[in-house]
Amino acid sequence: MTPLTRLTAVAAPLLLDNIDTDTIIPSREIRSTGKTGLAAGLFAGWRYRSPAAREPEPSFVLNQPRYAQARILLAGGNFGCGSSREHAVWALAEYGIRVVIAPSFAPIFFGNCVRNGVLPAAVAAAAVRDMAQAVAADPQGNPLTVDVRAQSVSLPDGRRWPFPLESEPKAMLVEGLDAIDLTLQSQQRIDAFLERDRRARPWIYLGAGR
Amino acid sequence: MLAIDRIFLHERMGAVALGSLAASGRRVADPRRAFCVMDHIVDTRPGRGDRTLMPGGQAFISETRRAALEAGLTLYDVTDPDQGIMHVISPELGIVLPGCTLVAPDSHTCTQGAFGALAWGIGSSEAEHALATGTLRVRRPRSLRVILSGRLAAGVTAKDLALALIARYGAGGAKGCALEFAGEAVAALDMEARMTLCNLASEFSAMTALIAPDDVAFAYLQGRRYAPQGASWSAAVAQWRRLASDPGARFDEEITLDAAAVEPMVSWGVSPAQSTGVTGVVPPAAAQRPLAYMGLRAGQALRGIPIDAAFIGSCTNSRLSDLRRAAALLAGRHVAPGVAAICVPGSSAVKRAAEAEGLDRVFQAAGFEWRESGCSMCFYAGGESFRPGSRVISSTNRNFEGRQGPGIRTHIASPETVAASAIAGAIADPRELLS
Ligand code: SF4
Repeated sequence: MTPLTRLTAVAAPLLLDNIDTDTIIPSREIRSTGKTGLAAGLFAGWRYRSPAAREPEPSFVLNQPRYAQARILLAGGNFGCGSSREHAVWALAEYGIRVVIAPSFAPIFFGNCVRNGVLPAAVAAAAVRDMAQAVAADPQGNPLTVDVRAQSVSLPDGRRWPFPLESEPKAMLVEGLDAIDLTLQSQQRIDAFLERDRRARPWIYLGAGR
Repeated sequence: MLAIDRIFLHERMGAVALGSLAASGRRVADPRRAFCVMDHIVDTRPGRGDRTLMPGGQAFISETRRAALEAGLTLYDVTDPDQGIMHVISPELGIVLPGCTLVAPDSHTCTQGAFGALAWGIGSSEAEHALATGTLRVRRPRSLRVILSGRLAAGVTAKDLALALIARYGAGGAKGCALEFAGEAVAALDMEARMTLCNLASEFSAMTALIAPDDVAFAYLQGRRYAPQGASWSAAVAQWRRLASDPGARFDEEITLDAAAVEPMVSWGVSPAQSTGVTGVVPPAAAQRPLAYMGLRAGQALRGIPIDAAFIGSCTNSRLSDLRRAAALLAGRHVAPGVAAICVPGSSAVKRAAEAEGLDRVFQAAGFEWRESGCSMCFYAGGESFRPGSRVISSTNRNFEGRQGPGIRTHIASPETVAASAIAGAIADPRELLS
């Protein structure tokens, strides 16, 4: 996974609340059991007039030439709600979106983001609107700068907004840390727990299947 | 770090998670506690096999099967008598137990919190982590108690209760909290209704939902295949009785709803929060976008809106009690001309039990198709859908744009409301059929 520390890029505003993962990547766009080949299906229901023919819908934000270079998405609250499909994040990342800024995120989507090098930055709705306003006035002239270490988003005019990020998701993003490797370092503690737990709750530890 | 007691995979995510795990040279830590089922994209038409209507769907099934068997998981395959939607079969088989942790790459895993388990949906990378390490690294969620006071009126169900809650507090209302449902209305629900209630916590942006396990839960689980037996059962129950929150427990947040005031609910928009009582109207101040998609006007009465199709199924409302209640309204009646009506039992066991009581004949005599179990048309995977542009009344959980197919307009409601509407050919109040 590519670490993410700092990014200055064009942001695309899509300020609708409750954008769900079916909308981010419709189920019919998930055609294989892999994690790739998803970028063309990103927002397919909104992005194409006819998803089958892939004819672009000119009014959709990512189809507007001024947002063609967007690597940051500005969105409404509860972004990524609905299905747990990690494909939503894989599609965003493959398309080139590394940061989503929204007032709030659905919990599963948030977890999926940090495991795939995509930053979910939660800032107040009013701040997202302010950013969107500045960006819409001049997308190229007003790129957003996201600093993961400092946990802030800023505009060229100096306005700056902080976002929360706990130490572990931060380490995953900044260092590209693999959570499984990290956990396996605690194997002894895990084994010790299991040994105690096996005595306390034997019914949890099933025999050889059916 | 939490120890994960049970992991459940399905064919939509199983191959990708197990494949990625194998590719990184890792193994499943304890395959005896990992399960896999074919539910999401399997065909539900009678006489099914691996062939499925989703383009490329067969590969999801065969690759998941191979990966699951290779990894030594317990697999409920397409034609297994125990096959069904994971959140239906896990309780049926006693895989979920009070006090256990259970995860699955599926957002409705919170359904199983109805048993006092910590059950939540995860992504594919987290599923890999849980498989490889038997643990997950989780941030302690904030806690939210939802007190549902009073008793539900006749003809009003757990589905209506959940939709009323989401409509009142918003689709993001639970803000990622772990949510406990409590109160008189919850205690009075049977296990299947409790599962319906917890299922919809996913549409409320809860990390998970749970209900304190009580005698109702213990009675449901006793004797199930993976539930403890004999002396182990008594020891387990003694431990499970201590799981309930202390009387003075403090929650980060608390909200309430009077269950007695809830009426049958129907969604009018493209989020479950966009729901209102069946006797109500589309809110006069409703946003344009959902109305345009749904083809409705602000202020329009919901009752009487003509429908093209009716669907009973999904992990929300496809258990035996759901089918019984719908069948009670359908008996001796017929769906309106031109309405496509489909019933998909939640599991093969539910299907057999329903058939043993003759419910299949009631559904079919009323004009419903009677299917094999699975997720079916709860979601559109590129295969089967309703006629383009159809307006569907559905006992499922999501009315998102395109959820049931391109341009499909979904109204979510209880199985009773779906049955009553199918008969009327338009959105209808099931209470009018109760005598
Ligand atoms: S029935 Fe629908 S909501 Fe439930 S697991 Fe299947 S696809 Fe998901």
